[in-house]
Amino acid sequence: MTIAPGETVTLNLLLLTLGGFGAGAVGAVLAAHRPRVSRWAGHAGALIGAMATFALGVAGLTGGTLDVMLPTILPVGGLSLGMDRLSAFFVLVIAVAAVPSAVYAITYTHAYEGKSSLAGMGLGFNAFLAGMVLVVLARNVLTFLVMWETMSLASYFLVMTEAEHRDTQDAGWIYLVMTHAGFACLLIGFLVMAHGTDTMNLSEWRAASATLSGPMRHAVFVLLALGFGAKAGVVPLHVWLPKAHPAAPSHVSAMMSGVMIKLGIYGLIRIGFDWLGVGASWWGGAILVVAAVSAVLGVLYALVESDLKCLLAYSSVENIGIILLGVGAGMLFQSYHLDTLASLALVASLCHTLNHAIFKPLLFMGAGAVVHATGTRNTEEMGGLIKRMPQTAVYFLVGSVAIAALPPFNGFISEWLMFQSLLLSFRISATGTNLLFALSIAALALTSGLAAACFVKAFGITFLALPRSEHAAQAREVPWMMRGAMGLLAIACLVLGVAPTAFLRLLDATAADLTGAHADLRFNWNVIVANDAFAAVSPLWIAVALVLLLALVPVVLRVIGANVGWRTYETWGCGRALQTSRFEYTATAFANPFKRVFSLLYRPVKELDIQFHPDSRFFVETITYRNEARSIFEEALYGPMSRLVQWVAHRARVLQSGNVSLYLLYILVALVVLLALAG
Amino acid sequence: MLIQILIETIQLLIVGLGAPFLVGLVRRVKARLQGRRGASVLQPYADLRKLLAKEAVESETTSWIFRFTPYLLVATMLLSALLVPLLTTQTPLGFIGNIIVLMYLFLLGTFFLALAGLDAGSAFGGMGSSREMAIAALAEPTVMIAIVAIALRAGNTGLDEIVRRGATDSLLLLTPGHLLAFMAFFIVALAETGRLPVDNPATHLELTMIHEAIALEYSGRHLMLIEWAAGMKLLIFLALLSNLFFPWGVALTVTPAALAVAFVALVAKVGTLAVGIAALETAVAKLRLFRLPALLSGSFALALLAVISFLFVK
Repeated sequence: MTIAPGETVTLNLLLLTLGGFGAGAVGAVLAAHRPRVSRWAGHAGALIGAMATFALGVAGLTGGTLDVMLPTILPVGGLSLGMDRLSAFFVLVIAVAAVPSAVYAITYTHAYEGKSSLAGMGLGFNAFLAGMVLVVLARNVLTFLVMWETMSLASYFLVMTEAEHRDTQDAGWIYLVMTHAGFACLLIGFLVMAHGTDTMNLSEWRAASATLSGPMRHAVFVLLALGFGAKAGVVPLHVWLPKAHPAAPSHVSAMMSGVMIKLGIYGLIRIGFDWLGVGASWWGGAILVVAAVSAVLGVLYALVESDLKCLLAYSSVENIGIILLGVGAGMLFQSYHLDTLASLALVASLCHTLNHAIFKPLLFMGAGAVVHATGTRNTEEMGGLIKRMPQTAVYFLVGSVAIAALPPFNGFISEWLMFQSLLLSFRISATGTNLLFALSIAALALTSGLAAACFVKAFGITFLALPRSEHAAQAREVPWMMRGAMGLLAIACLVLGVAPTAFLRLLDATAADLTGAHADLRFNWNVIVANDAFAAVSPLWIAVALVLLLALVPVVLRVIGANVGWRTYETWGCGRALQTSRFEYTATAFANPFKRVFSLLYRPVKELDIQFHPDSRFFVETITYRNEARSIFEEALYGPMSRLVQWVAHRARVLQSGNVSLYLLYILVALVVLLALAG
Repeated sequence: MLIQILIETIQLLIVGLGAPFLVGLVRRVKARLQGRRGASVLQPYADLRKLLAKEAVESETTSWIFRFTPYLLVATMLLSALLVPLLTTQTPLGFIGNIIVLMYLFLLGTFFLALAGLDAGSAFGGMGSSREMAIAALAEPTVMIAIVAIALRAGNTGLDEIVRRGATDSLLLLTPGHLLAFMAFFIVALAETGRLPVDNPATHLELTMIHEAIALEYSGRHLMLIEWAAGMKLLIFLALLSNLFFPWGVALTVTPAALAVAFVALVAKVGTLAVGIAALETAVAKLRLFRLPALLSGSFALALLAVISFLFVK
């Protein structure tokens, strides 16, 4: 083992990280027969590990490095870990979501006592977190792939926590298939790359990529982009995401949607800016198109979803799209030698990556709290929760405003930066590319408008008006540790939305390490100025001015002598006798205009079944109405594919006769063929 | 410093006090065009004062969101009034945000207004919210593409800078992209401020209301704030259209004379646009909700054409 001087701090933090996760896993398993202890031990270990991870990320972003080489742990090059700024940034992203998730999980998993194995959950959660941290620190092929698989399998087992449900089994199966299809792409891509560059060491790939032949580089790019894209959940590789994320316990959904899919982004940034050097311009163009499609389709599917956790999962597809808009734009800028602009796009992208890792876990935890309190994920059965769960409501509202990219919260900052970097594309002098950028600006604008509508629905239908079911009417506020975890994230949303400048400086340094040029961002103490006064914003002043004006209006009203009295009365309803929740707008009704406008995409199934009274057609006994959007991807793309696989598998059965001597013959033939090939 | 505070105060006064006048002007001109006498231009002031004197009645179903929204709405409009270059290209607080920030401030107001619509639990409010968000979402791409066109011409996204460069460009109106962008932005402004043919501000027919349906449960000072904010939004959009696309008369230097000229020019330009809106609202009927996407995609096409024309003459 070799340790470079001056790395003792980061090394100790890494040991503390792994120690925390290890202790959590071991503790959870040892206390398996006492669920309460197991629950505390597992998640307290995760919390310690996550806090050390946070410190490790901060140390790395401010210039700390890491270089660990343990030759004996793994074959083919050993366990090799290292940390540059990009790795450190993603370590920080993991930690930001992991700390509150661990706190939240301590009480949230209480509901699973006696139902699921808490030892399994504790083990899985710690392995999942450790796997993610080690993926971004991996410095050779085998370390990367082993940790990638650890992360995928651990999350698979966590998804299967409620394996008794049919939906969960389906979700787990699709997740397993998709993640391994992606893994296969990564494996082939990595092996081709290692063969072409003659090194398994990831940090040597950038320099060695020049020796790669043209077609081989394109092939490696396509393979790795497919593998990482499947993990990130870009359209059309997203089908597993809206099934697997909602099926998992909410603190795991938070980690999967908030962080795990970002490791796909990590991989895409590595291939776009690091491992393969500066790419062909079609690479960036392809990523940009896929990103725009993912963003728009993700939010459109989220909009018509009435399962709260499914809605959030689809919105993750949307946000992955937004993040990748910056990655694709950065790659395109780089291929046109506009490195400062590439850095700006990358800063926007990284900023949104972190922001999404804050508000998406917040929203998933809010959804988890609602599910905890009402026992359902269906928004059509909710309503009125703002009066029954006032704190959760405020946190969910903060998350909703932040994800809709509205000031003064953090989502606004990253989306503002994203717009500026896309707008500056007119510096490229190629009209076709300019037009592509203009269309992606339109896509981003449509996405942000639809996201606002989507979260008006998510918050409004869930928390406002009258409860639509007995469960919702009986809901109670969740315990303080769950609220505390959400509060922490809500504060982070506000802080990064009001005072992001110090943090943006670190992101700029990260981007500059990859592109070789700093973004043209100037920071006064509170103003962000992009590209020589092309654009400026002062997040702090927006917040201060809004607060001051909000305080000013009621004062002025009093001064000019307004009537400040008020009384309550029932909602106006055209003279009907009493108000019930049946008069309220439902989630389906809210989404209906969108369903009609975009019916080409949704291809909705509509069924209306009216049972009339036998004596008169003017009296109705029951009305059944069903209106569901179909998934065109599952029907048109994955349906034929799975039929093909089944057909091939059916044919392959001929080979399996069950005769042992025939199998021995296969082995012999395989051996001879291999020897002939090797010779 | 004193001058700067003075300019911002004047901006607040123009938007805050001018908004009811503008609403009254549009109503009056519309009445005249329809052969009615119409109420006085000052009628909206009397309406707002009447609402202020009344007690607020709230639904028992509502939460703090319902009471908070009117104040937030007014705050976002007043903040916008501080950012927009109404009289001069040296708006003291212009540094707070560029044109994109302005659009997101409007969206913040719309977001909370839609939540408030859902809060009372009436079907009308929900319907209004759903439709309001649908229109806002579908208008958003046009807004941004129109902004791309403007930024391409000016090489900047700062509001002051766009107006300043426009004012020094004598061939401005001869640029086809400029006029296309204006038309696109005008249609979007109609949609965003709830005017015909998108929404009818005079309707109280339940099934066609959008903005009015959301405001249905409001009364007293809360209703006054909502109405006032709607008026301010209209004024800000018309002032934006005037100064971004026809930047004549805007003071490039801060002198009393230049500011006076700028004020007269602003009144003339916004007044002309208001008469234009009144004429349009007399001539066209409200579109069915599901015909609106056609209108908005038409304006999107105009904006995109504007961008393309700027790309080719670049």
